[in-house]
Amino acid sequence: MRSIGKYFMFLRLLFVNRESIRTYIRLIFDESIKIGVNSVFIVVIISVFIGAVTAIQTAYNLVSPLIKEYIIGTIVRDMTIIELAPTITAIVFAGKVGSNIAGELGTMRITEQVDALEVMGVNSASYLVLPKIIASIITYPMLVTLAGFLSIWGGYVAGTLTGVVTPEDYIYGIRIDFIEFNIVMALIKAVVFAFLVSSISSFQGYYTRGGALEVGIASTTAVTNSCIAILLADYLLAQLLV
Amino acid sequence: MIEIKNINKSFDGKQVLFNIDGNFKPGQTNLIIGASGTGKSVLLKTIVGLIEPDEGSVIFDGRNFTQGDRQLRTEIRQEIGMLFQGGALFDSKNVEENVRFPLDMLSNMPEDEKLDRVNFCLQRVGLENVNLKMPSEISGGMKKRVGIARAIVNNSKYLFCDEPNSGLDPQTAILIDHLIREITYEYNITTIVVTHDMNSVIEIGDHILFVFKGQNLWEGTKNDILDADVKELKDFIYANRLMLALKEKG
Repeated sequence: MRSIGKYFMFLRLLFVNRESIRTYIRLIFDESIKIGVNSVFIVVIISVFIGAVTAIQTAYNLVSPLIKEYIIGTIVRDMTIIELAPTITAIVFAGKVGSNIAGELGTMRITEQVDALEVMGVNSASYLVLPKIIASIITYPMLVTLAGFLSIWGGYVAGTLTGVVTPEDYIYGIRIDFIEFNIVMALIKAVVFAFLVSSISSFQGYYTRGGALEVGIASTTAVTNSCIAILLADYLLAQLLV
Repeated sequence: MIEIKNINKSFDGKQVLFNIDGNFKPGQTNLIIGASGTGKSVLLKTIVGLIEPDEGSVIFDGRNFTQGDRQLRTEIRQEIGMLFQGGALFDSKNVEENVRFPLDMLSNMPEDEKLDRVNFCLQRVGLENVNLKMPSEISGGMKKRVGIARAIVNNSKYLFCDEPNSGLDPQTAILIDHLIREITYEYNITTIVVTHDMNSVIEIGDHILFVFKGQNLWEGTKNDILDADVKELKDFIYANRLMLALKEKG
């Protein structure tokens, strides 16, 4: 409970005595490249394969002749948009970006770079963390959108190449009974997950004490806590939005 | 001038600083000396506000930093330059960006003036043509010099140095000591240096405060220290064989 309280105090600290907006704009731009652009490769790989595997597994489990093949496309679409694109990508995001944020801030803390900022009269938490959170909130929904498209495309490629579904059936399946709100739900999840991963990882890194060993522990804890928070938030959002 | 009054500090119930008082005047190098683990760095961090004291106050030219509001503390902090033990240069920025950082954050200077000021400070600490090097590409001594350049770039009124020559060879250590002293005299800065290096004490100790187990046991100058009649201070000074040999030679 004490850690949760400290986490909320930390979030408050981000907005107290902050720097000029001009300073943040440059930092947000830099962080967006580090966090967003540098994550594109892993997101592309994972989402294409998730879509492909979902299509093949769905086809494998379709044993009834009464179920039309186009349902493969519908299942890939709905699973991708509602769950796989925002949530599985968030777990990967936590592993890549979360550990990076915690490691970077932890190293800055133990090498007194954070103290150097404080001595200069700069709010170190706000200067270092706020741009990371905003950059995550901006770029992660873009990554989720990309993951969604690529996952559905991965399902198409795998399904048609293996012959489990025809191109026409797959396209028909992904277009039938489409609920637009699912896109909104995926983007809401993306924003919440981005905030959780970046803020929890920053919190773990910012309060690192000790040496290299503790930086490693902070990175691991950041990923573990982020994953738990993602799954809890996923459940709560499902209850609220569905 | 910096005054510290009745500073007390405990961590987890263990007291590490006991009623420490002291005055640090501008234009002279003030040294806080003592063995490792005796509370020197805690005292320095308490003075610059990185650690809050349990009791007591730190006063910068009549302004009470400890009891000041956020605005006053920020104002005072913007007049502080600090050299950290490992340099504490920002890994993601090159030398020029590191030195320019306080100007970017705290001044409205035009870009070309900032660059001139950065180059002037780098030259002042004896560094040229290193602007675009990253901290990982320069030596320990150069990191300390860049740290000093960053500390003075904003015309700081107060300079704090935490173990400025730790990890350096004796020649470079003396160069760094001399640089600190020259800058202190030249700009009439109030400088406080934490060290356990007796070479530094003899070289630049205009005013020395000896801390032992969190207590201020002795104050004086480099001229008085070798004759001080405090057992703990004698033990500290003459733990070094060279100092002992010098004493025996008279």
